[in-house]
Amino acid sequence: MTTKLTAYIEGIGLIGPGLNDWASGRQILAGLQPYQSAKTVIPTPELLPAAERRRASDIVKLTLATSLEAIAQACLKDESLPSVFSFSNGDGLNCHTICEMLASDDREISPTRFHNSVHNAAAGYWSIATKTMATSSVLCAYDASFGAGLLDALTQVIVDDTRCILMASDTPYPEPMFSKRPIPDNCGIALVIAPQKSEKSIAQIQVSLTHDEAFKFTDTVLETLRTAIPSARGLPLLQLIAKGQNHSVVLDYLDDLRLMVEVKLC
Amino acid sequence: MKPLLLSHFTVTSCIGIGLQQTLDSLQQARQALKPCDFETVELPTFIGEVEGVNDVKMRDEMAEYDCRNNRLAQLGLEQDGFSDAVNAAAAKYGHERIGVFLGTSTSGILETELAFRHRDKSTGALPEDFIYDKTQNTYSVTDFTRQYFKLTGPAVVVSSACSSSAKVFSVARRMIEAGLIDAAIVGGVDTLCLTTLYGFNSLGLLSTQACRPYDIARDGISIGEAAAFALLERPSADFDKDAVVLLGIGESSDAYHMSSPHPDGLGAKLAMQQALQSAHVAPTDIDYINLHGTATQSNDAAEAKAVTAVFTQAVPCSSSKGATGHTLGAAGAVEAVICALALLHGFIPGGLNTKEVDAELKLDYRLENQQIALKHVMSNSFGFGGTNCSLIFGLAGSLGVNN
Repeated sequence: MTTKLTAYIEGIGLIGPGLNDWASGRQILAGLQPYQSAKTVIPTPELLPAAERRRASDIVKLTLATSLEAIAQACLKDESLPSVFSFSNGDGLNCHTICEMLASDDREISPTRFHNSVHNAAAGYWSIATKTMATSSVLCAYDASFGAGLLDALTQVIVDDTRCILMASDTPYPEPMFSKRPIPDNCGIALVIAPQKSEKSIAQIQVSLTHDEAFKFTDTVLETLRTAIPSARGLPLLQLIAKGQNHSVVLDYLDDLRLMVEVKLC
Repeated sequence: MKPLLLSHFTVTSCIGIGLQQTLDSLQQARQALKPCDFETVELPTFIGEVEGVNDVKMRDEMAEYDCRNNRLAQLGLEQDGFSDAVNAAAAKYGHERIGVFLGTSTSGILETELAFRHRDKSTGALPEDFIYDKTQNTYSVTDFTRQYFKLTGPAVVVSSACSSSAKVFSVARRMIEAGLIDAAIVGGVDTLCLTTLYGFNSLGLLSTQACRPYDIARDGISIGEAAAFALLERPSADFDKDAVVLLGIGESSDAYHMSSPHPDGLGAKLAMQQALQSAHVAPTDIDYINLHGTATQSNDAAEAKAVTAVFTQAVPCSSSKGATGHTLGAAGAVEAVICALALLHGFIPGGLNTKEVDAELKLDYRLENQQIALKHVMSNSFGFGGTNCSLIFGLAGSLGVNN
């Protein structure tokens, strides 16, 4: 449990219920403005070619939006960044529609529905939109998806000595799937992570495996959000950065395996 | 990269349950694809079904994971002493020092497809006994495998369509090199379901016969199912010279189209070049390429362009998909194990079903098996969304030469 992965955050993107972007969301996380839950607003993905924009589902648009905010902050618009995508499920509405059709007499699902059904659909659209030919790692670890994504991104940054962008996003299923998996709304976090400190560094993070209890928000609305949507399990890390605090925080991961993150502002 | 030892491995597909049956089928060029009779599917295509998956009994304490994908996972894990090898590794390194990184594309979606037929007539609710997280969720097969061995280390599913279980080798490599774990179970499991059969049909990509990779008249894929696993470890000082090692990995994205490869195979070319670089070998060092070779018009044409751009010499090539069918998220791991068998038993497996190799593709595509000692082999896996991964394997005896 002693291995510590050290890296530097250079850009942050955030979209969730009542959190329109990192620029405004950080004020709320810092406690400077009250948090009021509201339906998630996803901006139109201007970067996608028109054909892809028409076909793009919420998880694609959400992931693009959080990543572009993080990339802009890190001033890496024209870089071909290796990427890690971590989704607790693919596009929920698309999955619902396919299952409904396959249970009906007409099983002729459309080609677009089918290619949007793959777990890596958002990664495919993202690489087309950003013209990125670098590697992408597309992951799922159910409720542990944020932690799993962060860990994979950090191993890329450290072992391969490269910048990497982590995008963790989740979208809801409609009923009847919703009753089995009640993710209430869209939510996503993106982090640009670098191996070395630079003038763009926002914070140094040192991450290690731990069995300590995960951090819980005292604000009950924020705590409900953290536990209801897998990507929101990364919010305690964003809160430390928003508050400008050099501190450590334990993030949820698998069962009793968790991630200790020590944050030092740059 | 630092080479990694495949200390144990196993594969189960329509051509065999475990390594011996698989080797026999490959060496006898046995055909196992059959006209589709899966579930209620009515499509004029061929499938590669694993016999007996429905008869697999889950352990009592793991009954909630019961679905076709996890049944096939369990069947696969119980072959070739693989379970014993994992338990021995857990005893040696500690349960928290072994990672589980598996690839799948559709996980247990078949359970959900069936559950949608049994929705409550008045409320529309899914049946009470449908358990989403243990079956349909994409993470399910890694969760199942981790619980099966009571492992407590890092774990994740890679789900990037048909490159999924090639890319798991990369996740494991990074975790081991970063020092988070000492060993990893990698692999892939994908099973037949309606989503992929009707989905590929909608794209016009299903062959009406057993698929014919690189044939001039190739007309699409045959969908198969499989479970393949490997235990990856750092090579110890006294490693067996005949053991199989992972030498190189290359990964790229096409950034071109969601369901068609880049027509010139640019992404595939990048992946192969990076794999060579990462293994510190030259193109002339590769003795055999296990192609992605799905048997669609566009995949085989794009892959051939990429191969001829990287390799100036004629490298013996074939696709295993004529034998196993396209096992989608499991294909990378299945073909990694087939490469390991080719290295260990010194043979190039010829591609099945292909009658007339497409001369325009300019590859040394082999239709017959050839007994020949192999030193380095490459396996290609490409997927929807333009995701590419090439792996290079060799025998441990060659390590001293390259490193």
